[in-house]
Amino acid sequence: MISDSDRAAEKVARHSYGKLIAFLAARSRNVPAAEDALSDALAAALRVWPERGVPDNPEGWLLTAARRNLMQAARHRTVRDNASETIALAFEEAEERMNDAQNAVFPDERLKLLFACTHPAIDGSIHTPLMLQTVLGIDAKTIAQAFVVSPDAMSQRLVRAKIKIRDAGIPFAIPERHILPERLAGVLSAIYAAYGLGWDGLDGEQDSRIGLTGEAIWLGRALMTILPEEPEVMGLLSLMLYCESRRHARRDADGVYRPLEEQDTRLWNEITMAEADTLLRKAGALDRFGPFQCQAAIQSVHATRRRTAATDWEALVALYRALIAMKPTLGAKVSHAAVIGRVEGAAPALVLLDRLEQRAIASYQPYWAVRAHLLSELGENDAAMEAYRIAIGLSDSPAVRTFLTGRLQTVISR
Amino acid sequence: MQYALIIRESAEDFVRRGDPAYRDGWTAYTKALVQAGILTAGAGLTPPETGTIVRRKGEDHDVQDGPYPEGKEQLGGFYVIEVPDLDAALEWATRVPVSEQGSVEIRPRLQVA
Repeated sequence: MISDSDRAAEKVARHSYGKLIAFLAARSRNVPAAEDALSDALAAALRVWPERGVPDNPEGWLLTAARRNLMQAARHRTVRDNASETIALAFEEAEERMNDAQNAVFPDERLKLLFACTHPAIDGSIHTPLMLQTVLGIDAKTIAQAFVVSPDAMSQRLVRAKIKIRDAGIPFAIPERHILPERLAGVLSAIYAAYGLGWDGLDGEQDSRIGLTGEAIWLGRALMTILPEEPEVMGLLSLMLYCESRRHARRDADGVYRPLEEQDTRLWNEITMAEADTLLRKAGALDRFGPFQCQAAIQSVHATRRRTAATDWEALVALYRALIAMKPTLGAKVSHAAVIGRVEGAAPALVLLDRLEQRAIASYQPYWAVRAHLLSELGENDAAMEAYRIAIGLSDSPAVRTFLTGRLQTVISR
Repeated sequence: MQYALIIRESAEDFVRRGDPAYRDGWTAYTKALVQAGILTAGAGLTPPETGTIVRRKGEDHDVQDGPYPEGKEQLGGFYVIEVPDLDAALEWATRVPVSEQGSVEIRPRLQVA
């Protein structure tokens, strides 16, 4: 039987892990040491709480214990470390604040940790995994699964990045105004990547991923409270909320994938969509356009269909053009070709697709899905079937596979 | 923390050291570091052709002329600065007057306990 104290420790561990790590790491500037200290504190909690009962403020208890572990470790490492005194003072101050009120005020340092994890001195490909592990407390195994790499490889890369943060002296701070825009881009990309992982995992093959969309939105909201005047932060949050509002319309009653333009707009969440609209408008008023606002604007054009029952494809062409000018990603280029197919026809859209670099598109599923669709519109059935087969082969979601197989059958039976 | 700003320059850069426009940039930068009170060490180095390399060969030593000439960038000099963190070091690194062929590497100084 699992005792109440075990459950309490587990609950605190799950809800406060990121917060506690962030707090400990921000003070000691040492993520691996903070993790060691906290895991020892959690082990102690599991030993002590069943005997003496769960403390009134479990978070505070863990912080105190972890702090003690961290100080001890620091003393062992170097006696000359004159920073340890400042660290001690900072901790005492924080504990006082946490203990004096009945609703503990915890200085949430997670956003500072977020900036450390996405620092340009750290390899960009590890930003999102690092953020997921240290800020949100998601275990390395789950992260490895989402990124389709082995748990060992992922753990090693995470450890290396944390050592780099410590040894290179990467700061735990919200960057100063003059470098904020470029640093923010890294944070926003990492949050959006986390959202994307959760989004891709919606089919239920990997339940653990689903929570990521919620966590990413939470991070977006938290970032906005600290940086309320940054239009790109609003743009990202708006973008995620637009996607979120359509969550239940992505599959029909039989669980079959529904492309955006065929979704039943009555299944869209009006409240979430209205919040996304408001955010995008507020961002626009600040008059500093950026790639996330542009992507949110693209979503808002699709969202307008719920009122007008039509999609403004011309507006989408203009927005994708703007997006490519700011951020020429493969995804933006393929989507641009898809909307050109709507406005100018399949032939000019295929010309755009043909211009993409062969090496880049070889394993890019959306390219093949769009290509197949355009070819079938032109009546080039053999080429369309070929492209559908490649698109199906590259899909990692059963629902999408089923949908594309249906399209392929229509072409075959012509 | 102490960071080394390791300066690498191209062959053309080494030639341009005689050019006042290039040289004055470095003088001004060094002055700014001193002014800020963060410069703890540093040296500019003469061009790579003037270098001599000593390598261990078993029990013996082998003395050779200069570094490998094929590298596009060669060590031109370094500064050691004392700043709070990597971002502060990066801020100073972006001010180093290297040309487009040159580079600045930022490395924390080794801490010996």
